[in-house]
Formats: sequence, structure tokens, C-alpha cells
Amino acid sequence: MSNRIAEGFTMSEYFRDIGSSITTIMTGMGITLRHFFNAVKRKGGAGIDEDNYFKQVDGLATLQYPREAIPTPETGRYRLYCDINDCIGCKQCERACPIDCITIETIKVTKDDLGVCGKTSGGQQKKFWVPVFDIDIAQCMTCGICAAVCPTECLYHTQVSDFSEFRRENMIYHFGNLTKLEAEAKEKKLEEEKKAAPKPKPKPAPKAQPAEGG
Amino acid sequence: MNTGALLPNSFPFVMSTSLNAWSDALSELYLFGLPLGLVIIAAVPLVFIALYALTYGVYGERKISAFMQDRLGPMEVGAWGILQTLADILKLLQKEDIVNKSADKFLFVIGPGVLFVGSFLAFAVLPFGPAFIGADLNVGLFYAIGIVALEVVGILAAGWGSNNKWALYGAIRSVAQIVSYEIPAAIAILCGAMMAGTLSMQQFNLLQEGPYGFLHFFLFQNPIAWLPFIIYFIASLAETNRAPFDIPEAESELVAGYFTEYTGMKFAVIFLAEYGSMFMVSAIISIVFLGGWNSPLPNVGSLALNDWTNGPVWGAFWIIMKGFFFIFIQMWLRWTLPRLRVDQLMHLCWKVLTPFAFVAFVLIAVWEIYVK
Repeated sequence: MSNRIAEGFTMSEYFRDIGSSITTIMTGMGITLRHFFNAVKRKGGAGIDEDNYFKQVDGLATLQYPREAIPTPETGRYRLYCDINDCIGCKQCERACPIDCITIETIKVTKDDLGVCGKTSGGQQKKFWVPVFDIDIAQCMTCGICAAVCPTECLYHTQVSDFSEFRRENMIYHFGNLTKLEAEAKEKKLEEEKKAAPKPKPKPAPKAQPAEGG
Repeated sequence: MNTGALLPNSFPFVMSTSLNAWSDALSELYLFGLPLGLVIIAAVPLVFIALYALTYGVYGERKISAFMQDRLGPMEVGAWGILQTLADILKLLQKEDIVNKSADKFLFVIGPGVLFVGSFLAFAVLPFGPAFIGADLNVGLFYAIGIVALEVVGILAAGWGSNNKWALYGAIRSVAQIVSYEIPAAIAILCGAMMAGTLSMQQFNLLQEGPYGFLHFFLFQNPIAWLPFIIYFIASLAETNRAPFDIPEAESELVAGYFTEYTGMKFAVIFLAEYGSMFMVSAIISIVFLGGWNSPLPNVGSLALNDWTNGPVWGAFWIIMKGFFFIFIQMWLRWTLPRLRVDQLMHLCWKVLTPFAFVAFVLIAVWEIYVK
């Protein structure tokens, strides 16, 4: 109706405008009223790939998020998770990470502890304790490079998509499998073994950096 | 007179069906020489506005709008979010009452006051049932329309006093809109006054009383009455700045229109005034065209539905329900129609509603004089 106002319009157009206004308002109000009365129903959880997605248009669409949620896809890659029992402490993920959000500290396993340290689920002997395996989830951008380089596939993205926290410290996830005391004990043990061992083994280099613990 | 008048023989007073029995009895109630009854009479509409704005006005509108948009609305505070408005009020009360540095302090402060007083004064002539009315003026309807127009002054004071271009735009739009729409609204109401032959609010109700319920309402007493009814309803939307005529407070253009700069209690008062006048125009339209506090149910044979559902308490129920019904339609329209542009608004008022109001005026006059 608006554009014709300026141009000046005839009597029949005037009444046609009023008629169309009334009918369109009625149509619109009919639609809103139908939705109002359909508010007793819920829309249901059909996903976009289901056949009846476009058929289930009536009813409330809101999901009350923390209590109700559309499940993330099974193949979804969200929060990074480390299955520390399978970790061999190779630190490849730490090196691969483009934003350095993974921090790993390892202690070499002494010979007598190899059995205690155990094997990965793939049957590979673990040669490092991993007292510190920290992932700063707040920084992680889920690029997945770390998961790609992981030789034992113990580092992967899970389906969990909501992991907000009130404190930033809580966003650093600790996956290490030794307590601080245990780590100190293991370090001391390694120290002793090295003293006892014959010299020609120039391998203490990786051990140099393990710090006071995690 | 002292309080003793109320206590021992209050039973016949409560049961009395004579017109204005409650408000007359209250007006004669004195406590220690103070006119306590008059204070109660004045407080009744105030309490009503506050309660209804809190429950139906805010919570109801949120829920209705949510349901119309396939949402749930407030759900967290209390079961189904019922306590949400209380939480909001608590928040509003704690807010700092800011007056801008460069605002016109006097206008800024009195703006919401004038607005609320204008909206609240109209309730003086609103009959809450046959037994209660603040003041049964013989020009009640005229008074109600006139006093509601006082809001324009408050809006302009608020918008100008804010010293904010958006607020001023909102105020100017609002004033232009309200003043324009007064004309079709007044003519449409005049049609009702012609049918009744009176301007007294209680007389309007009494004239629409009868055993056939809704058939006695003026809307069904005259074949043309639907036209002024619709015209007044549309014009009342514009007068209360409700969508689709909410350009004075168009959020997308003017932040919040004339009350952009208001915070805390002043903001709450403006809100309350808006809800007050929303109910007032709904009550006026239901009194003039839909029988006010009369029950719409007809007597069917031995089922005296009309007789059973009339009386002081039922009267209050019916008028409030009729008011709420029109407020529901206002909300329904708000969530259906997009906002009109200024030129469309003026086109609708001056080129559509006003001529049709005149036509309705003449037709109803002819009907009342020659046919009835």
C-alpha cells in the first residue's frame, strides 16, 4: 500500500487496499493463533537428516539446553581427550600442536618397573611414566593434528561439546597418571638405576628436563 | 461516622446489589477522622494495575509472545518461570536512578509522573463491577478519554527532558500519533455514546443489562456498531503505542523511544503507566460496546445463566476478563504484524479511519433516530 500513496490512487484502489489489508491481517493472525494453540505440543527431536524434519513444524521448538540437547554427531570432534593408559609419552602431540596447548613431562621407566608400567592396549611396552599431561582446553582449537600424529591413537576428540567453566584454571585438563609423590619416587629410582648402571649408555638426555612434578 | 458502620452489619453491605454500594459505603468510612475509605477506593485500581501488570502484563505477554513464536518463554525462575517478574522487579528496584548530566532535570523527573498520573486518573471512572466505581461522573467517558490524552504531556516531557535525539524523536512521533488517533477514537466512542444517550460509565453498563446476555450489548444492538468498535480498537492500539503502531518506541530505530534514558523506578513507572492505559482502553471498549460488567451469558429456558452470573463480584470478574480479552488481542496483533512506517500510520489515521468513523457516525445517527 505504501508506494502507491505518494502517486495518488483511485477510489477502487483505495478500497482494494483496505480489503487486502483486512484479509492479510486475518491470515497473519490465523497463523499466529495456530502457533499459539500448538504451544501445548513440542516439536520433537527429528534431526535435519530425518525424513519427517519438515513435517514436524507445529509445536514449541525450544530445547531447554542444559537439560535437553540435540546429541552431537557420533563422528563429532569436540573436546580433546587423552586415554593416558595408552600413552607412551612420545611427545609427538606436544610438538605437533600449533598453539602449544599440550604440556607433557615424562620420566623414563626403570627396568624393574617395566612390568608395573604395563603395555598399551595395542600391546606396545610403555617406556615412560607421564606424570604431567596437561591440555589447555581453552586454547585448543580442535584442529586434530595431535590426534593424527599420535602413534597409539590415545589422543582423540570426543563428542562432548559443552565444557564451559567458571574459572579459567579449570580449563586446563590434567591427564597425568602419577601423583607428585609417585613422580618424585620414580625420579629417584631412575637416578639410582643410572648410578648403578654402566657408563656407556649416553641416554639421559630426555631425562634432563623432567621438572619437580606435576 | 466511624469504623463501627462496617463491622457488625457488613454482611448486607457485601451482599447489596444496589448500584455503587461498595464504593459509596467505603467513601463514608472514616478512621480517626481520616477518610480511610477514600484512600482504599484510590488504592484498589493502583493495586489492580500493579498486580495485573506483574502477572498478565509482563509474564503473560512473555508467555503469549513465546508461544506464538514456538518458544517456551521464561522457564527458570519458579515452575514455568512464574516468579520471573518478581525477579525482574527486584532487579529494577536495585538499579541506580540515573539522571543525565545534561538532561532537563525538572521535565525528566516529572515526565514519568505525569504519564502515570494520566493513566491512573482514568481509573477513577472505571466501574469494577456494579458495586464499585471511583467516581460515577455523568461525563465519565469524556473524562476518561480526556485524561488519558494527558499522557501526551508526560511523553513529551520525558522525551524532551532526556536531551537525547532518539528520545526526542520517539516523543515527537508519539505525540503526533496520539493526537491524530484521538480523532477517529473520539468519533467512534461518540457512536457508542449516541447509542447509549449518556456519558456515564455506570449508565452504559445498566443500559446493556438484560436477560439475553450478550444480545443486549451495543455491539449486537445496532447493525453498524461493529464499525466504530473496530475503529476504536485500532485507534486505541495507536494511543497506547502498541504494535503495529509502536513507532514511538521502535527498538530497531530509536533504542527505546521516549524512555531511552530512564532507569530503575522511573522506568518501572513508565511501564506501569503503559500497562495501565492498555487496560483502560480495553475496559472502555468493553464498557461502550460489550456490556462492561454484564455477564455475556443468556438465560436459556430454566437455566438462568445470566441471573446466576451477575452481581458485584461477577461484575468485577466480567469487566476484568473482557479487559484481558482485548489485551490478549493487542498482544496477539503485536506478535503478528510488523511495525508501520510514519507515513503509513498517518495514511491509516487520516485517510482510512477518520472517514470511516464519520460514515459510521452518520449511519448510527440515522439508525438511532429513524429505525430504532
